[in-house]
Amino acid sequence: MNEFIQHTINGLALGSIYALVALGYTMVFGVLQLINFAHGDIFMVGSFIGLYFIRFAIPNAEPSIFTAIMVLIAAMVGSAIVGVIIEKFAYRPLRKAPRINILITAIGVSLLLEYGGQLVFGASPQFFPDILPRKLIDIGGDIILDSNQLTIFVMSFVLMQILSFLVFKTQFGRSMRAISHSLETANLIGINVNKVILITFIIGSALAGAAGVLYGVAYPKIDPLLGLLPGLKAFIAAVLGGIGNITGAVIGAIILGLSETYVAGYISSTYRDALAFVILIIVLLVRPGGLLGSKKIEKV
Amino acid sequence: MIMKSFLLSVLVILSACQNKANDKIVIGNFGSLTGAEATFGISTKQGIELAIEEWNKAGGVLGKQIELKAYDNQGKPEEARLSVEKLINVDNVVAVLGEVASTRSLAAAPVAQQYKVPMISPSSTNPLVTQKGDYIFRVCFIDPFQGEVMAKFAFNSLKLKKGAILRDSKSDYSMGLANYFIKTFEALGGTIVADEKFVSGDVDFKAQLTSIKNKSPEFIFVPGYYTEVGLIARQAREAGVKVPLMGGDGWDSDKLTEIGGAAVEGSYFSNHYTVEDPRPEVQNFIANYKTKFGTMPDALAASGYDAARVLLEAIKRANSIEGQKLRDSIAATKDFQGATGIITINEQRDATKSAVVLKVVGKAFKFVESVKP
Repeated sequence: MNEFIQHTINGLALGSIYALVALGYTMVFGVLQLINFAHGDIFMVGSFIGLYFIRFAIPNAEPSIFTAIMVLIAAMVGSAIVGVIIEKFAYRPLRKAPRINILITAIGVSLLLEYGGQLVFGASPQFFPDILPRKLIDIGGDIILDSNQLTIFVMSFVLMQILSFLVFKTQFGRSMRAISHSLETANLIGINVNKVILITFIIGSALAGAAGVLYGVAYPKIDPLLGLLPGLKAFIAAVLGGIGNITGAVIGAIILGLSETYVAGYISSTYRDALAFVILIIVLLVRPGGLLGSKKIEKV
Repeated sequence: MIMKSFLLSVLVILSACQNKANDKIVIGNFGSLTGAEATFGISTKQGIELAIEEWNKAGGVLGKQIELKAYDNQGKPEEARLSVEKLINVDNVVAVLGEVASTRSLAAAPVAQQYKVPMISPSSTNPLVTQKGDYIFRVCFIDPFQGEVMAKFAFNSLKLKKGAILRDSKSDYSMGLANYFIKTFEALGGTIVADEKFVSGDVDFKAQLTSIKNKSPEFIFVPGYYTEVGLIARQAREAGVKVPLMGGDGWDSDKLTEIGGAAVEGSYFSNHYTVEDPRPEVQNFIANYKTKFGTMPDALAASGYDAARVLLEAIKRANSIEGQKLRDSIAATKDFQGATGIITINEQRDATKSAVVLKVVGKAFKFVESVKP
């Protein structure tokens, strides 16, 4: 039983990281019906921006909440800038083109970031230093709760709440949802479509940047191909929850994190990555809209 | 297949265009200069460079200067294979030195065998490597011995009876070494309470470690490479596992303590050599390496150095760079005074020599004991 509880804690922490990445996927999809395959790589870029910020701006900083917040802000701002550049130069010129063009462009941007990253950052993995004071809390029965896991979990929950508020309670959110419904009509009724989409990319990329730093804190080995697997997993999580649905993305990510940990703990870690894709196939077969998604089938 | 023959014909044309001025003897090296095992490739290459530099200063070999051609395989087996193909067909090397990781040596060995170009692996310990053909050699011990050394050390020296295994299911080295370890440890009377796996490239090991912790072993044997071992050590401590970790020569890198930090403190691993060895061959090598590269040589550097010197000695003895003669000359290597020990190539084309057990203390690896074959 204790082992099960420990697996559950670890699975929730893993799921929270997937959730942060999945939120960005789901937001961009919600607005543009675009699966932004470069999202996982913006997550990687965020992680490296965090690393270089620590190395060059605050090389002697002690691990503290303050340090962590500084690194997080730096990575979020940096990733947002990368997101804006990508939106402006890669996606905006294709806004009126068929959906498949922009999808392929997204894959191109993803490859550019991965292999460009190998040129800029080098192909060898680098070590992400500790930026948070770490405490291991024994919560009885030999079950250990890592303060970092708790931070990541709380962080993704808070960000999810902020996003929900933004999308459902503000004027900006209303514009976003209008565009999601019909881009042309939104344009006709006077919504500045380009501006809203740009802000969506800024928020999505900043979230990915934050996730990148938290990932570095949890798993301190980062390399330019780091975004590949978490990016795919987060995408699966978003599909599982119902792509375009914010709560769905978080629920999907948590389910994926938990089931991966249970599989690795009780069966074999060899099947861990396979499981995610099996889940994807089952969801697509049984409930193409996802757990919380609309029934409307989307062609991508 | 069509693609492959096309590539080969391109290579042949390229090699035909090469100026075959025979004023130099070219030796090939392929290794992971980037990727998760980057320090393996870099150390090995630097060891080889040092050996070649020393020989060139003394007048080269067969009256010619020696040149090194090195390719990066990024830690990928398919790239390793291609590198050797390129070294042999484009660069016309007389022999190939590499790799460290057994998986990549296994991928490249058939190519060297096919073209009958001798290949010496400095530090691949999986027994299958030299079984790929009679042109494939190594200057290090093999995993059955290494596994035995660590099993005996755990059981006899540390008096531990209950062990757990955490191995890499994608690595020939890791899977093999774990098997040999279990065999000896169980034969001695110990029990293996858990045998978990991971896949190289993984970053989350919490699930496996939680399962292992539940079986309360007295130590965990992790025959992996340093990047994963460092992460595993950290997560083991985070999961509340306090017992020592043990491993093999794949741990040897200064990155181990950088990634693992305090978590690897007090762990043990078997290795090819120790910097504390007082023999002049070792101390001279360390001094020269430090002057040239500014860092302490790890065992991979020492093995690369030895592999290059064994090869150059063999060329000198054979008085030829012709494949067959060179092969026979390497096979006849006996009592060679290397930095990693006294090397004698046996009938299986493996080296028989001692292993050392090291303990991680701070950022250093301290000598614990030496085991003869």
